[in-house]
Amino acid sequence: MSSYPFEIIPSLRRDTLRRMISEGKRPDDRQLISMRDLTIRVGVIKTADGSALVNLGNTKVIAGIKFELGKPFEDTPNEGNLIVNLETPPLAAPTFEPGPPDENAIEIARVIDRALRHSNYIPLRDLTIIPGKSVYTMWVDIYVLNHDGNLIDSSMLAAVSAIANAQVPRAIIDGENVKLDKSTKIPLNINPQNMPLTVTYYKIDKYLIVDPTLEEEVMSDGRFTVASDGENIVALQKGEGYFTPEEIDSMINNTLSIVKDLKVKVLEMVKTPTGSLLF
Amino acid sequence: MVKQSPIPLLTDGKRVDGRLPEEHRPVTMQVGVLPNANGSALVAYGNTVVLAAVYGPREPIPRYITVPDKAVVRVRYHMAPFSTDDRKNPAPTRREIEISKVVKQALEAVVFLEQYPKSTIDVFLEVLQADGSTRVTSITAASLALADAGIPMRDLVVGVSVGKINDTVIVDLNKLEDNYGDGDLPIAIAYRNNWVLLMQLDGVWKPSEVKRGLELAFKAAENIYRNMREALKGRYMAVVQQ
Repeated sequence: MSSYPFEIIPSLRRDTLRRMISEGKRPDDRQLISMRDLTIRVGVIKTADGSALVNLGNTKVIAGIKFELGKPFEDTPNEGNLIVNLETPPLAAPTFEPGPPDENAIEIARVIDRALRHSNYIPLRDLTIIPGKSVYTMWVDIYVLNHDGNLIDSSMLAAVSAIANAQVPRAIIDGENVKLDKSTKIPLNINPQNMPLTVTYYKIDKYLIVDPTLEEEVMSDGRFTVASDGENIVALQKGEGYFTPEEIDSMINNTLSIVKDLKVKVLEMVKTPTGSLLF
Repeated sequence: MVKQSPIPLLTDGKRVDGRLPEEHRPVTMQVGVLPNANGSALVAYGNTVVLAAVYGPREPIPRYITVPDKAVVRVRYHMAPFSTDDRKNPAPTRREIEISKVVKQALEAVVFLEQYPKSTIDVFLEVLQADGSTRVTSITAASLALADAGIPMRDLVVGVSVGKINDTVIVDLNKLEDNYGDGDLPIAIAYRNNWVLLMQLDGVWKPSEVKRGLELAFKAAENIYRNMREALKGRYMAVVQQ
């Protein structure tokens, strides 16, 4: 991401990395198109209505779900509200500063928002309480805990995992008044086959890699995110640099197969809540 | 998303404003419209009108944003309160912040930043009238304003929006198509280099539809690119004659 103008990589190291990439190698022995080790643990935050902790290499991201009472938008009286927010607290990297989400955080949150919305993964219609009057507002709050590259994909993984773990507090309707009963919760009925995931490609010279470490990310020349449910494309976002139509074509095709495989793993890992917050 | 359009978006292969799916709205542009700015442009895609101004290269304020070996491009995309049906609150929204960022990233890829170390190039974009496709109109305007400011670039940047009504891929969305269509695929192209500089996608698209969208965008860009060159030439000819 562009928020690290002063993250300095010595030019000797930079040249070595570029040469390695051109030979199809990476410092941690990965292929250009392969991801770091992924672990996901769900149900790690007791106070949240759903949560997940994602470890992707040394990148750590946590996501928490909260349900609140809300009013539906006029054009969608039969749908709950979805709000995705991403914070980059200063404990996660030496270059993060306190303050409201900056343009980098807003960009990631909005890409994830679009992917979630269009994939139909979340049954937003189930989150209606009284059509046109009262609905659930579903907050997806993503917190970066340690930044070692690829925040987009790890945040997306945290979001879909926390959502898979979400429990909706029961709504009690008493005439005109609606209240939430936090002691009775019903699992959110997600559509697992529609789970969207992102694959973000970084360009170094003319080579494309996925899941960069922070070092690889800082020295990259381009960024392109493809979000897919494995069938369709549900979001795209070009970041820095430039891409040719041929490169875009190959990134889209690669993503479809990566997402299909990755989804199987994610769905397996979100099955059983662990409850423990130990990293 | 079950938003129903008040009128059908596509009837007998024609769109609400009578256009064919691949037909772009008339594009007009004027360069050098603001005397104070180092470069400026006014661009209209149909009823969407965007004013762009470039200030710089100049000294960065605040100082700490300085980068020692190259210029920093800053972009502010903003919609005027009177540019929309309901008044738009002038405070910047998350949408505007994101668009500012993606436009900046598109422009950074073509400007020779290394020629202006320790300086900023500020690009201000005001949407004066919004009828869909505002971010791609802004990018065309920004590129013209940069050229008008005499800032060296690898290429001109052409913005084209692509969308979808059911299975039909369409070019240059108007407001109705933007609000009620089935997808939105804004694209910016460095025309001579065949580079994609901005690409976002909203909605559910088949991979083949994305491919077709890109092809249509490149096709539409050709004409706009030619217009841009003419507008710039006209501006320089006027200076020469003076």
